[in-house]
Amino acid sequence: MRAPPQSRRTMTEIPAPGRPIRRLNLEWLGVAPFIIFAVMFLILPTLYLVSAAFVGRDGQLTFDNIAGLFTDQILAAYWISIRISATSAGIGAIAGLAITLAIIRGRLPDALRSAIMTFSGVASNFAGVPLAFAFISTLGRLGLVTIILKALFDIDIYRAGFNILSFWGLTLTYLYFQIPLMILMIAPAVDGLKREWSEAAQTLGASSWQFWRHVGFPILWPSFLGTLSLLFANAFGAIATAYALTGSSLNIVPILLYAQIRGDALQNPGLGAALALGMIVITACANIIYLVISARAERWMR
Amino acid sequence: MKPNKLWAWIVFGIGAAYFLVPLIATFEFSLKMRRGYYSFDSYASVFSDPRFQTTFGYSTLIGLFAIVVGILVVVPAVYFVRLRLPHLRPLMEFITLLPLIIPAIVLVYGYIRLYNSSSIIPFTGSALGTDVLLTCAYVTLALPYMYRAVDTGMRAIDIKTLTEAAQIMGADTARIITSIILPNILVAVLSGAFLTFAIVIGEFTIASLLNRPAFGPYLQNIGANRAYEPSALAIISFIITWGAMGMIQLLARFAPRTSARTD
Amino acid sequence: MSDEHFLRVENLTKTYGTTTVVKGVSFDFAKGEFISLLGPSGCGKTTILRMIAGFETPSRGSITVDGENITAIPPNQRRLGMVFQAYALFPNLNVGDNIAFGLKVAGIGRDERRTRVEEMLKLIGLPGYDKRFPYELSGGQQQRVALARAIAPRPRLLLLDEPLSALDAKIRVSLRQEIRAIQRELGITTVFVTHDQEEALSISDRIVVMNAGDIEQLGTPHDIYNRPATRFAATFVGQLNTLPARISDAAAGQANLGGRTITLPGLPSGIVNGAEIGLAIRPEMLSPVPRAESDISLDGTIHDVSFLGSVVRLRVDLQGTMVNVDTFNDQSAVPPSRGDAVAVHMASRDLMILPR
Repeated sequence: MRAPPQSRRTMTEIPAPGRPIRRLNLEWLGVAPFIIFAVMFLILPTLYLVSAAFVGRDGQLTFDNIAGLFTDQILAAYWISIRISATSAGIGAIAGLAITLAIIRGRLPDALRSAIMTFSGVASNFAGVPLAFAFISTLGRLGLVTIILKALFDIDIYRAGFNILSFWGLTLTYLYFQIPLMILMIAPAVDGLKREWSEAAQTLGASSWQFWRHVGFPILWPSFLGTLSLLFANAFGAIATAYALTGSSLNIVPILLYAQIRGDALQNPGLGAALALGMIVITACANIIYLVISARAERWMR
Repeated sequence: MKPNKLWAWIVFGIGAAYFLVPLIATFEFSLKMRRGYYSFDSYASVFSDPRFQTTFGYSTLIGLFAIVVGILVVVPAVYFVRLRLPHLRPLMEFITLLPLIIPAIVLVYGYIRLYNSSSIIPFTGSALGTDVLLTCAYVTLALPYMYRAVDTGMRAIDIKTLTEAAQIMGADTARIITSIILPNILVAVLSGAFLTFAIVIGEFTIASLLNRPAFGPYLQNIGANRAYEPSALAIISFIITWGAMGMIQLLARFAPRTSARTD
Repeated sequence: MSDEHFLRVENLTKTYGTTTVVKGVSFDFAKGEFISLLGPSGCGKTTILRMIAGFETPSRGSITVDGENITAIPPNQRRLGMVFQAYALFPNLNVGDNIAFGLKVAGIGRDERRTRVEEMLKLIGLPGYDKRFPYELSGGQQQRVALARAIAPRPRLLLLDEPLSALDAKIRVSLRQEIRAIQRELGITTVFVTHDQEEALSISDRIVVMNAGDIEQLGTPHDIYNRPATRFAATFVGQLNTLPARISDAAAGQANLGGRTITLPGLPSGIVNGAEIGLAIRPEMLSPVPRAESDISLDGTIHDVSFLGSVVRLRVDLQGTMVNVDTFNDQSAVPPSRGDAVAVHMASRDLMILPR
């Protein structure tokens, strides 16, 4: 970070030919820690796992690990993970958009708006183990809502088939951080919808629905998709909430991988790497789908 | 002529119910440790647990280190990329997006396999090495948030003009960063710091798989073995997160603004 | 009959809480007129336009277009066209789709839409631009597309909300001429909001000069400029010099101006001897050389000379009162310089009497 005292000298002298290179060095010196860090803790570990997925116990190139993913148990895990992630991302995105539209376009009081934004910041980070505790206290067998529904309305949600340890239980729990995340990410885009656009549409005879159909939603669409893919990846990789909620009873991919790493199951490092590779491929796919669709949708943007 | 605001209030009401009921339920549950009446016994039990104190202290310490390392890694990089290497910007954006796409459990699995005790850099070979690895893992987790906070901060103050003004007056790069840039993006950096803290403090997956005595695994352990303390811990965690976010909100009021914004 | 009272605004009032921003404004315009609402920011002109468009609800009063009272009709059923200051083109639609938007929501068929879009693009001088996106156009081009979009559905009334103020000076002048030409061609009644008096004077059939929520004067550009009804109208529109004078003989219409006695035509009644008045006169009505109608001459010194192109503006010190004197540029003459003594000539019939 030290600059050579040269910089002052060159004010009076003809710049030495070596000076531009010196400056370049300083710039790269500033960026270097970031690059090294990214390589060591993001790129290399990922690439290592990806390559390990194709190496057998004997050190030879093999597709056995990938083939090993195609068992009923593992496929079922992927399927339920995808379903939970897609459902919680989809509902979270729609609900988050609805709330954002309500506070910004529905002109709720400003104080309410800033309260919701702050709360969203908190709730989107309130994931993991404590969130699981909160939902057990709410919708668990002894949860407040469960008890109140039984006592006041004589509705036993557990007898009706609900279980906090199930697909819908987990989805409902994930929404607690998915919706706020959506609100935080989509609010700038909704703010960017100019009032003049809807006014112009109105003077041209468009109903409110026609405005949203032809102008409002198409403009929000790329941001919506981008956030949707992030929400999907967010849920797909989440493990702490599920683990604290269900132990290892719910068979989702991260829990399977967790058990594999802990050495509780499978006992096959190559298969573990293949599991991880599968997760990367799926979250990457979600993002590639987003990039492709938004590139088409964004041809009107700079 | 004015759009009917009723729908907005209905949406808000449903949302508020969904988000507030679990908090109320958790709080209510945390008070039920004694039969028949409400008490704060579960909180007393939590606070008097020595493991609570040690794991919370440990996670706080790791969090602080992660904040420092995060600042050292991100601030110079963002500064130079904004100032002189704008062609690296897309790469930075891409790299800082990766932690949101690659699941944490995958990353930590990579660390365990790559940096095991028989590798060139045997992070997991010693307790201290593992602590360093955990810190770096947390920096990685918080990278997207730290990057965006710092980047937004630098955009708001137009660092290019500030740097050029300082250079004209003869300041060198070290002085520019320490006495011009840092004070002006302090609020942004602190926002990133509090966000890092909020993410790190209760983190479970990485700490658990690296076998470190952190707050997250402790929470999980309590959850599996106790009845009322988990609710108390959930409320405490919520308050900690709220505190970190509240600090960001508070800080935002002190954020410097210049009239000229280049982008 | 309704052609003469095509746009009729009666006692229009808008109150926010305790502040009244539009105070019972009434006017009445014929079909095909180009009307400007002119005034400083905050005078209520935009609020009036937004009430006509339907984005603001009047607290009192009514708006009638072509015999139909539209006061309570929602904006999307008023069949008006509007152009906004910041263009407000839909960024996700190309130029053709922007122009066709109003036709599409009205349920007009694809072929007819295409024909109309082509017609409109030709009208605004951008043929072949239909596949471009708004961000690919310059500000002036975007505003022309916005105009085309507003008039494509053949609205009854065209509302222009400071459509030129976001543009460069040169484009501003050429586009305003274009807007006027298109408006004449289509014969569409137009309400134009502006704070730029030159803009209003140059393109309007009639101007409504507004201040503090009230109409100061309503008239043709010629009337407004040459016979301002109020002090505000006189000072807001055009440049104005004010000379202090004292009434010496009210009955004879005589006043004392710089030590001379002058006769003022049309002295308002109620002015008594000794009253201090202001005499206002446009810079171009003052001259350093006597003209045929000149009957007053005052001596002064040139304080400053600004060369404005076709006009040379002299700032002249007339015994302590600074006035601007506009003369036409003359290539062959030696330009006047600072400190020169000069006689300023004027005609008493050009003096406007302003109450002090």
